[in-house]
Amino acid sequence: MLVLENVHTHYGKIEALHGVSVEVKKGEIVSLIGANGAGKTTLLMTVCGNPQASSGRVLLEGRDITRDPTSQIMRSGIAIVPEGRRVFSGLTVEENLHMGGFFNTKAEIRKSQDHVYELFPRLKEREQQRAGTMSGGEQQMLAIGRALMSKPRMIILDEPSLGLAPIVIQQIFEIIGQLREEGITVFLVEQNAHQALNLADRGYVLETGRIRLHDTGKNLLANPDVRNAYLGG
Amino acid sequence: MAAQNFKHALFCAVITLVISYPILGLNLVAEGTSVGLEGATTGTVINVFLAAVAVFLFQLFRDNIMGIFGKVPNLNPLPKRGPVSQERRMLMERVFFVAIILFALLWPFIVSRGAVDLATLVLIYIMLALGLNVVVGLAGLLDLGYVAFYAVGAYTFALLSQYFGVSFWLALPIGALLAALFGFVLGFPVLRLRGDYLAIVTLGFGEIIRILLNNWTSLTGGPNGIGGIPDPTLFGMEFGRRVKEEGNVSFHETFGIAYSGEHKVIFLYLIALVLAIFTLLVIRRFMRMPVGRAWEALREDEIAARSLGLSRTAVKLSAFTIGAFFAGFAGTVFASKQGFISPESFVFLESAIILAIVVLGGMGSQVGVILAAIAVTILPELAREFSEYRMLIFGAAMVLMMVWRPQGLLPMRRIQIELKEQG
Ligand SMILES: Nc1ncnc2c1ncn2[C@@H]1O[C@H](COP(=O)(O)OP(=O)(O)OP(=O)(O)O)[C@@H](O)[C@H]1O
Ligand SMILES: [Mg+2]
Repeated sequence: MLVLENVHTHYGKIEALHGVSVEVKKGEIVSLIGANGAGKTTLLMTVCGNPQASSGRVLLEGRDITRDPTSQIMRSGIAIVPEGRRVFSGLTVEENLHMGGFFNTKAEIRKSQDHVYELFPRLKEREQQRAGTMSGGEQQMLAIGRALMSKPRMIILDEPSLGLAPIVIQQIFEIIGQLREEGITVFLVEQNAHQALNLADRGYVLETGRIRLHDTGKNLLANPDVRNAYLGG
Repeated sequence: MAAQNFKHALFCAVITLVISYPILGLNLVAEGTSVGLEGATTGTVINVFLAAVAVFLFQLFRDNIMGIFGKVPNLNPLPKRGPVSQERRMLMERVFFVAIILFALLWPFIVSRGAVDLATLVLIYIMLALGLNVVVGLAGLLDLGYVAFYAVGAYTFALLSQYFGVSFWLALPIGALLAALFGFVLGFPVLRLRGDYLAIVTLGFGEIIRILLNNWTSLTGGPNGIGGIPDPTLFGMEFGRRVKEEGNVSFHETFGIAYSGEHKVIFLYLIALVLAIFTLLVIRRFMRMPVGRAWEALREDEIAARSLGLSRTAVKLSAFTIGAFFAGFAGTVFASKQGFISPESFVFLESAIILAIVVLGGMGSQVGVILAAIAVTILPELAREFSEYRMLIFGAAMVLMMVWRPQGLLPMRRIQIELKEQG
């Protein structure tokens, strides 16, 4: 589904990714974990073409998208829930969702919207509320719902558990598992290594711009190095 | 505390003296071929000294004075109202538009010629403000050089009529389209800029256009401007006493009524009214279209908007181009109304006034912008006697607005789009 081949990404002169190779297969949940500043967000943004990789290739469903403009990439069956949610705070919940289905027909929007409300009944209750006035957890649900509105074949999530209470995190992870059931491929970036690896089919560990480890979720959870560095021993 | 205030106050007073004495007191005088320096008159010295004392006293008792000022928000005549339901608001808006349009239609037949002329100016500002509202209020791009597009529209008409004898009706779309083209071209370099940087580049662009018009004497007549811009005609009928263009007839002869200079003024007013309504309706339409929502999304959160597949380039360019288009419209009407234009009409202050209208009206809100355009154009005329204090009053009004209603007179409440069942 998504393949990164030896990707290098620069911010000006600084290289943030030093040759990263990652593969996400169709129907999988793949988790990427790493410390602050490891380059996780950079990796996801490189997939979206903002910034573009300075060398290496990004393939989406076999097609080279390395040099495609962001707007085109984001319309080709992939959706991202950006770090820090970034809902449109002045718009209502419903309007936020409609923005997510910007390029779809009204009938499709209606259908996806019903589906999102099924996944997150809380959003339905708050349909007319300004997104900016909702709690962090609700905003995260909205951000995920908005990403789903375009009916993506693959969804990328950047730290969806950031700043949320354990119970809400639990809910969010359940939903992510449910997305896999629906056939959506999931690429998940997390600090919350335990839950992310538990859920994942496979996982990658990113350290200062390089992939350190790569294994199934179970094996990574059992790996002593990972336990020490990311699971608090 | 007191000692500190005293030291601070003394310092401020000394600074006042040091700065205002040379600025107000010293004069350069020409003595034959050389230039000499003349000291201040006693009156000026006394005034400067009094000013310093005033500054000293104010700074000394600043805490008490500001304490009084802190109560100003409580005097607010425009407190935050509770939210109004969407249907009610839409109804109120519709009633407002119908009422104001009816009133505007009757206006020229009940007031003097001067008042009609002023109303035409108001309508021009309404067009400008509605256009800038798209750029600043909806798309959130701070454009300080908006007047440049206004100038492009006005000069397009002036030059076309001077060199090719083009009439108002043909020049109107050309002027607007050319202004739109300028907006589009300017859009490219500023796409990557945000906030302050965008403001500075657009400011520079406005100045470049003005300076170009000022210095390209062979084409634009430079500071002398261009005169003799023709009035609009009504199906080939002219409004002058005598017909200027061959093949045209005059309005008063066709209808067998006595010639009156008022006909022309009223006709121009009605044209401006129709164009202003056209502007209003077209922009309203845009606001409800996907592109309108895209402008808002980009203003709210650029990264999120882009993550949904919106193209930053297309969205920003469309806002710039559409805004510029209506400025070109307004410019053409303005050139026709004045009959004479020069670069002086397109200084930065104009951009600032249009921006002030948008901010006062409440970014994004069309009703608010129209009210603010009326207020900002008419109040200075009413307060003619205080014309020296115009900018002072203007400034005070802006400050009070920011204290009382930072969101503007009638802040925008977005229309919620209902999805219709397909079928
Ligand atoms: N826009 C930018 N300009 C310059 N450097 C950047 C930029 N964004 C990120 N970086 C740098 O790139 C490196 C990787 O940052 P990135 O945001 O990808 O980390 P991360 O793994 O997502 O961290 P976190 O878990 O804190 O979100 C950091 O050293 C960061 O300072
Ligand atoms: Mg990050």
